[in-house]
Amino acid sequence: MSVRPTQAIRFKGRSYFSLTLAPELPLAEWQNRLDAWLERSPGFFSRNSVILDVRDLALDKDGFLTLLEGLRERAVRVLGVEGGNADWAGPDLPPFMPSGKDVRTPDSETETPVEACVGANRDEAQAPTLATTGNAIRHASPLFIDSPVRSGQSVLNPDGDVIITGAVASGAEVVAAGSIHVYGALRGRAMAGAYGDETARIFCRSLEAELIAVNGLYQTSDEIDPALRKKPAQARLKHGMILVTKFD
Amino acid sequence: MGKVLVVTSGKGGVGKTTSTAAIGAALAQTGQKVAVVDFDVGLRNLDLIMGAERRVVFDFINVAQGDANLSQALIRDKRVDTLYLLAASQTRDKDALTEEGVKRVIDELRDRFDWVICDSPAGIERGATLAMRYADSAIVIANPEVSSVRDSDRIIGLLDSKTLKAESGEGIEKHLLLTRYDPARAARGEMLSVEDVLDILSIPLLGIIPESQDVLKASNVGAPVSINSTTSAAAAAYIDAARRLCGVPVPMTRPTEKVSMFGRFFGRRAA
Repeated sequence: MSVRPTQAIRFKGRSYFSLTLAPELPLAEWQNRLDAWLERSPGFFSRNSVILDVRDLALDKDGFLTLLEGLRERAVRVLGVEGGNADWAGPDLPPFMPSGKDVRTPDSETETPVEACVGANRDEAQAPTLATTGNAIRHASPLFIDSPVRSGQSVLNPDGDVIITGAVASGAEVVAAGSIHVYGALRGRAMAGAYGDETARIFCRSLEAELIAVNGLYQTSDEIDPALRKKPAQARLKHGMILVTKFD
Repeated sequence: MGKVLVVTSGKGGVGKTTSTAAIGAALAQTGQKVAVVDFDVGLRNLDLIMGAERRVVFDFINVAQGDANLSQALIRDKRVDTLYLLAASQTRDKDALTEEGVKRVIDELRDRFDWVICDSPAGIERGATLAMRYADSAIVIANPEVSSVRDSDRIIGLLDSKTLKAESGEGIEKHLLLTRYDPARAARGEMLSVEDVLDILSIPLLGIIPESQDVLKASNVGAPVSINSTTSAAAAAYIDAARRLCGVPVPMTRPTEKVSMFGRFFGRRAA
């Protein structure tokens, strides 16, 4: 018998973010609302598959299968089910997921594309809670810088946020996949969402930046409202434009 | 074991050489042994400011390359006998300096002197990085204007990354010396204020040297201002800065409130 070295199977951990769809009772009425909403955003579920959250529905197996069937008819692709009964599992059903963790954008006013779609229903208390995004990865690995960022220095976090407790000097550069927080004066360049993230933001205690950019869209210091100069401010994207607002 | 200080700024013309000479002379006048070393190979000036240009036989490059020993190259000042100069070579360029050569010379100087003050060339290239490489602490020279302050900020970044002290994790001590400060222009808002500069650079202030005709006059006669005109405000500021380097707590005099008085004072002296 020949001895063959055993090759280990490699697994890699990777995080994704996904939308969660939480139907509400009574289901028939919820499905009507979903239909009405789909009329306005017909292609939404072809781009986004969802986790189905049935924790609050008190369903039995038949009710669950009916709900799934209803979603299938509306071309909603279900990646997994949260809060289901393990007895319902079957080879042709989506897998059951352990509880996920909510990630939300800090500001509920944010007009992310997803919330914009939901926006029409926002006033109604029973609107489907598409607990939106933010980026789980971003929260995982912020880069903390406890010294001032000097002219000519460049700080880069390709995975998430950059948090700087000092100032960013004129001629310095901060690049983050996520948001940038500067607890001093921002006098250099700050580029948030540099790898494509339109929800990224830039926060600073004193806005004196040479350039700010979110998701590739930028403003130079000339274009920033002079009234905001040296004020605590945040910058984010709104309708494809950089919006800079003051903190009071 | 002496302390190695680098005087650096990034930008040219802000007063590195003048300050090296003035602080070196002020320290030497307290009886400590001081060597001032010109790192500006190819554009040397420190010999002129020290009034030793006609006495240079061997220079830094000769010592670094082993063509002369240190004792042959060190020039003793004629006025303060604990003050020595190691001149740079005017005919070579900065590529003639090697890291090993510089280290050997600095180590030897450190053994023989209480203070070794390295006058860095302007810029952030080889000459400047070698001048700061083996320093224990740094005097960052800045004028109260934006381009100088930004260049100084860049230099502080290099001090924090490219020096041996920084690489060993110990960190390099940094002091800010604000030079050519004109209280009248600062009062009119034509210059950055001391607070603005400190806010941007965020390193401790070693002194504020007022803009003064005495500095120019001293340079022209080849004497550090702290030897040539000890009664001038600029000389007093350099002497105070040198005492602070030695750990003496000298209160910081900010020439801001005495605008008109300074104006009259200098006006009379210049006339």
